[in-house]
This record gives sequence, C-alpha cells and structure tokens, in this order.
Amino acid sequence: MSEPLPDFRLLRPETLDQALAALAEPGAKPMAGGTDLVVNLRRGLVDAPILVDLSGIAGFATIELSDDGLTIGAGVTLAALAADVGVAARYQAIHDAAEVIAGPGHRAAATVGGNLCLDTRCLYYNQSHWWRKSNDFCLKYRGDTCHVAPKGNRCRAAFSGDLAPALMVFDAIAEIAGPDGRRSLPLAEMYHEDGADYLTLAPGEIVVSVRLPATTANSAYDKIRVRGAVDFPLAGVAIACRDAEGGARSLRLAVTGTNSMPLTIEIADLPAGGDVDQFCADLEKAVQKAVSPQRTTTIQPHYRRLAASALARRLARRLL
Amino acid sequence: MKRIISLTINGRKAEDAISDNTLLIDYLRDQKHLTGAKKGCDGGECGACTVLINGAARPACITLAATCDGAEIETIEGQARGGRLTALQRAFHENLGTQCGFCTPGMILSAEALLRHNPDPDDAEIRTALGSNLCRCTGYTKIIASVKVAAEEMRS
Repeated sequence: MSEPLPDFRLLRPETLDQALAALAEPGAKPMAGGTDLVVNLRRGLVDAPILVDLSGIAGFATIELSDDGLTIGAGVTLAALAADVGVAARYQAIHDAAEVIAGPGHRAAATVGGNLCLDTRCLYYNQSHWWRKSNDFCLKYRGDTCHVAPKGNRCRAAFSGDLAPALMVFDAIAEIAGPDGRRSLPLAEMYHEDGADYLTLAPGEIVVSVRLPATTANSAYDKIRVRGAVDFPLAGVAIACRDAEGGARSLRLAVTGTNSMPLTIEIADLPAGGDVDQFCADLEKAVQKAVSPQRTTTIQPHYRRLAASALARRLARRLL
Repeated sequence: MKRIISLTINGRKAEDAISDNTLLIDYLRDQKHLTGAKKGCDGGECGACTVLINGAARPACITLAATCDGAEIETIEGQARGGRLTALQRAFHENLGTQCGFCTPGMILSAEALLRHNPDPDDAEIRTALGSNLCRCTGYTKIIASVKVAAEEMRS
C-alpha cells in the first residue's frame, strides 16, 4: 500500500492577489488540478507545509480568441481547451496536444498552467519513498547522485508536458505574476535544461496565462507512449508550418519528453519546388542531433531519439 | 488542519469535518461508507476509483476532498433508483461487461459521463472516454459492446 499523504494546510484563494499572498508564506507551493502533484505528494516527493489551490481563482479559466491572437488562462482545464472549436480551427497543435494528455479523468481537472509547470519525470524519481530510499535517493530529491548519469552533476529527469511544445511553435508568451509584480516571458525561456530546477520562475511566481499571436500556420502535435492513455510521452513533437516568401515553407518545431526542458529545434526553410524527401531526411537528422533522451524511462534512449525524429518526419509530411 | 466541507453525494446533502490532506476516495469509503469506488493503483492510473464530480468522471484517489467543497458527487451507489438498475448497469450485467467487478463502478461512471453529453458515441469515442479505466478480465470488447447497448436503450 502507498503511504498516506503528509500533513499540509490547503489554502483556497479566490483572487490572484490572495493567491500571491498565500504563495509568499514560507514553504507554500501552488497546486492546480493536482493530478500529478497529489501523486507526488503520496510518494513523499513534495515538501510543502502549505498548498495553494489555484483552481478557484476568479477569471483564471478563460480562453480569448480574436483576430489579434489567443490568450489562454492558466486555470483552463485541458478538457475545456481540447473542446474549444476556435482553438482547434486556428491552433490545431494545441488542440491535438490537449486532447491526448493523460486520460479523460485527468483532463477534467488538470490545467494549462499545471501542464506547463509539470514536474520533470524519471525512473529513479517517480517511485515510492521506500524504493527511493533503498537506492540512496537521487540528485533530484534528497540524494546527491543522479542514477541516470552518475558522473554528471545535474539531474536528467525528463520534462514531459505536452502543451509546452504545442504553444512554443506559435511563439507563445507566458504572463507571469509574482511578489514583484507581473512580467511577460517567451514560453521557451521559462525552462532550464536541469531536471531538478527546470523552471526559471522565481519563488512565489505563477503562470497567469499564455498569449499567442494570430497565425495562418497549419500545425499538428503527436507523441508516442507505452499505453495509449494516461501515460506520459516518451517523445512528443509539435510542428507549425507557414508559407514564407517566394513560395517557400517555413517550419517551427518543438519537442518534449526527451530532455529536461521542451526544446525548439531550428529548421531551414523548404524552398519553393524543393525536394521534400531530402528535406524530411535532413529534418530527421536535425531532430536526432538536438534531442538528448536519457535512461529516465523503461524505454531505451535510442528508441526515443528515433521516435522523436520519426514523429517529426510524419508530421512534416502531413503539413507540407 | 481540519475543515468542514458541504457537498451533495448521490443527491443528498452532506456536511463533514475532514483534514486538508484527506483524499476524496478515503472520505467516500471511510467516512461515508460508500465503498463502490475502489482503490486500485492509488495513483490515478487505473480508474477504479472514478466518481462523477459535477458530472465529470474523475479519479477520486488523486482528488483532495477539500477541493470538492460545494460539489455534486455521484458514486456507483447512487446510480440505481428505487432498486432499478440504470441502462448501463443492466447492459454491463447482461452483456458480460463485468467479470470480477473491480473496475466496473469506474467503467460505468466513465461511460455515464460520456453518454450524458454524447448519446450516440462510436467505438473510438467510447474507447477515448474509457481511456482512464483499466480492466484486467474482459479484454474490453464486451465493455464497449455494453456501452453501445446501453446507449441504444437510452436513445429509444
């Protein structure tokens, strides 16, 4: 049997200001849908005397779509995002990603902000307390060695959120609120390549919304996982394809599940009349070179590297 | 920390003292003695604990009871009315959609949530809606058939 939940105080603010004040208390951590956090609490992976439930904040769960772009509140549930027909029509990759995160039971509670800040995952981390203790814990939490790369000095746990790459191909901007006020940050800059310190958010800061410019791009997201529902991605790829000058096609590509952060991978444009086969072969090579899957899942890194590149090729062929 | 939550469970008002760290599954099973929702994986992966929260099928084992203050909860115990099984319960019974029965309350509630907003789902939609629920007996074929039979009966 699993361990009972540790003791904590749950605060349920109704406004953003109340939430920020609550998060300023020592040891306070934010909780959105809790679909991942509660599991981690159960496994003794969260040291939080105070949890701040963000699900009741007024105005936190709105989707605003206009000709100027799209703003998605951090409190929007994944189910609501997947069901939004406007998002599906103009930002297909976001719809694709939201629709396949975890299972339907999770998506009803899990939120956009929660998925963007999803804790990184590893075979040596997402385990019970006694399992981790018998392995002397690990670098990510309570230990001093990374069992995935014992000679390295950083945690290799994989970022596994599906929404981040789907938003990054549209150059999403994260709106962040914290004790020092509000700021905007390109979503790609919200992440570090360090599994134990994967967010660049300061203590007490939370994502309020993500803002995307208007787009004419065709886009898609796809991933592989062991089980067709509930599981986290072994690799996930988002691509947005735009018409560029002179009939060329310009691709934006982002990957999740392979590194400690979601990666944007630069791809040269496909010129008008260019060789699509050669372009896709180059694309596959670029993805294989950029990603760095580690032994963080039961599935071998080499397979995940090939899977990421194969997903990229498939999506590119569909969109070009 | 303790707190009082007020909610509706299977149509009845309830008001109870719980701890902030009480899970919905423990509240339902231990405090309300509603043991239909099962603890399987205890980590949101198997769906045996599925209940309806404001009409949405959600895993009770990863839901804090405190976040259900004011919510409407439905469990398998509240499905049959006056001793009469629902269309889904009958269909699972008559089409061998249930074997050992451990996953069945979760399966039925996930299917119930689906049929309430989609009375005529195709196979793919049923599979997606039951994606959070594991069954180790039936091989799923008869479960999907049961949902289709129930949907048909509810439409007629």
